[in-house]
Amino acid sequence: MWKRFRSNMGAMIGVVLLISVIVIALIAPLIFSDGPWQMVQRPFLAPFAVDGLPLGTDTLGRNVAAQLAYGARVSLLVGLVSTVVALLIGVPLGALAGFYGGYVDEGAMRFTEFFQTIPNFALAIVLVAIFEPTLTSITIAIAIVSWPPVARLVRAEVMSVRTREFVDAARLAGLSKPRILIQQVLPNTVSPIIVMASLMVATAILLESSLSFLGLGDPNSMSWGYMIGAARTVIRTSWWLSFFPGIAIVITVLALNLIGEGLNDAFNPHLSRKGKA
Amino acid sequence: MKYLKVTTFLIAAALASPVAAQEAGGRLDIVVQPEPPGLMLGLVQNGPTQLVAGDIYESLLRYDSDLNPMPSLAKSWEISDDGLTYTFKLNEGVKWHDGEDFTADDVVFSADVFLRETHARLRASLAYVKSITAPDPMTVVFKLKEPFGPFINAFENGTMPIVPKHIYEGTDFANNPANATPIGTGPFKFKEWVKGSHIHLVKNEDYYVDGLPYLDEVFYRVIPDAAARAVAFETGEVDVLPGGSVENWDIPRLAEMDGVCVTEKGWEFLAPLAWMWLNNREGPTANEKFRQAVMYAMDREFMRDVVWNGFGKVATGPIASSTNFYSDDVTIYDHNPDKAKELLAEMGYDGEPVRILPLPYGETWQRWAEAVRQNLSEVGINAEIDSSDVAGWNEKTSQWDYDMAFTYLYQYGDPALGVSRNYTADRIKKGSPWNNVEGYENLALDEKWAAAATMVTPEEREAAYAEIQKEIVDDVPVAWMQELTFPTIYRCNVNDLVTTAIGINDGPRNAWIKK
Repeated sequence: MWKRFRSNMGAMIGVVLLISVIVIALIAPLIFSDGPWQMVQRPFLAPFAVDGLPLGTDTLGRNVAAQLAYGARVSLLVGLVSTVVALLIGVPLGALAGFYGGYVDEGAMRFTEFFQTIPNFALAIVLVAIFEPTLTSITIAIAIVSWPPVARLVRAEVMSVRTREFVDAARLAGLSKPRILIQQVLPNTVSPIIVMASLMVATAILLESSLSFLGLGDPNSMSWGYMIGAARTVIRTSWWLSFFPGIAIVITVLALNLIGEGLNDAFNPHLSRKGKA
Repeated sequence: MKYLKVTTFLIAAALASPVAAQEAGGRLDIVVQPEPPGLMLGLVQNGPTQLVAGDIYESLLRYDSDLNPMPSLAKSWEISDDGLTYTFKLNEGVKWHDGEDFTADDVVFSADVFLRETHARLRASLAYVKSITAPDPMTVVFKLKEPFGPFINAFENGTMPIVPKHIYEGTDFANNPANATPIGTGPFKFKEWVKGSHIHLVKNEDYYVDGLPYLDEVFYRVIPDAAARAVAFETGEVDVLPGGSVENWDIPRLAEMDGVCVTEKGWEFLAPLAWMWLNNREGPTANEKFRQAVMYAMDREFMRDVVWNGFGKVATGPIASSTNFYSDDVTIYDHNPDKAKELLAEMGYDGEPVRILPLPYGETWQRWAEAVRQNLSEVGINAEIDSSDVAGWNEKTSQWDYDMAFTYLYQYGDPALGVSRNYTADRIKKGSPWNNVEGYENLALDEKWAAAATMVTPEEREAAYAEIQKEIVDDVPVAWMQELTFPTIYRCNVNDLVTTAIGINDGPRNAWIKK
């Protein structure tokens, strides 16, 4: 499977890009030991105007490069953690609904639809506004709006897997229902979940950026969305303040999407996609 | 240093022959933001209303940028030696916009009946007044119960606008249909108000000062978006952007355009002073040494230059430098991180986190809080920014649920009107974000504030306030940040637009356009 993934050009580019972003996020405190908020030079310096400030300075004279590096930490952290939380809600719910059916399925699906009828972003804004913007509340809000598709996907997968022969065999062997679900059924639904999760991380990063852009970010942590939001009013005079964080978001989200596609192809070798030989 | 001139003024001196050759005619387009809720200045006194209605209504006095009184409806005035009797002689031949004669009865009605009912801020000053009488149609006499020096500042247009008695006497003031078509004595008459678009004023041909006003008409334009306002100015659609109508960052760009002038003047009467409430009750901010350390830790010059684009002035204490009785003979808190660290070490600061609550008025205030947090963290103070909307800010400050909170308040020309209310113990009351929110209690100083308000001569008051300022600045009850100015941007061919302490609120009266 790794072989198939490796032979996918796009996916490998995605991996390289994502790894670079992760590395930058990890070593940010080593390169920029003063943190992203330190006012280092005159404000509104264009890129390369002064040595050591390759991306220029922002409205308060803070180093844009440092802000980008620290912003990567927040974006990746929020993206990963909120996805994990969303999986923790969505996978069990979907699995129970798909496996047991009947009233359990009805209840779980009506509950899921309740969340699906509310626009994602609107719900996230309301949640963050109510709980006051901190990294925790933002992560939880994003998780709460992202789990319903997971639940539906897992339910569909479980429903198809539970009718296979090996499940009947397990039942005949006398395994209890919970054991069948956990040991036999769920492991066979993992690959679409992984594909979906990689795309969810990308969506979560976009959501976090959108919230920060609107001023609903954690005021104590630097993030890409915050940078663009703060630069909005000076976009006509200082293009670089919104350009670089914008590029950073594009690169990270693109990388995750490429990886997601690659994984999808790798897990489903028989589904040859359109436009490919 | 300055003090009030309380000698009699002669109108002849004030209206002496003009220097430059003013040109009559033309139209001025001014941005008003947001759209005012109403134009009846006696009922509504918020910023946009004062801006527009300042051309329609007038008061007894105007004030120059040093807050010296100038003639307006009153041509001369006299204060008795005991400070208890204020006598005003009114201009003759003044007519209301509907043609009725203006007399002393209108002044008595406005101050004693109308504004006493509708104007809370003036009511506080009127509490010192025993009687208001009109011995003859051109004379008004205010008699006070005890001397109250700041009273001379109460005759400003936003504080005591004179309203027509013949229209309002015996009616329900707030619901009088005439409120929709305001009638005043001012240089411009109300013509039309197209809601959401513009307010149109035209020249008052019968204005009692010869030759004034020069302009034929004034349009106040309603443009809801800040970027759109900047564009309207760039394209020449509007001629004047009053303070605060565009983002700070846009000001340098607009100012660099050809034929564009910027002035910081015109805020001397209001004198908005910004500071951070420091919670004197609990947490590290309850410690005086900590509060002093905060002052030394901050690079307020930098914040003024960068956050406010160089507009404004670093504050030295509770009284703004344009307000009467300002003294700079106080401890100066320069940017001195070492001193701040020393003070923190002395008090044994243990790294307990403090929360900074920015004022939720947009980008500038958010950046300001970030700069403060950075400065504080550089001396080892563990500071975090609390986020909040307007309602949350009001709630947190008025319920004292904060450590450090940004705010700014107007001073109205005199410490007894706009300063002492934030520092005396009798003004500690939960539920309002405008009183002694920090919880500073200094009973000895309270007595001095009270005494200074009712001293007879300006010299006595000056000495008393100098002493108060010296003492309070050492206590640092709040962290004084800076005197705010909201620059007015206008085309340079508009002359004499900002000449008084309230800026363009009464600016069109004297303004003229060079062709």
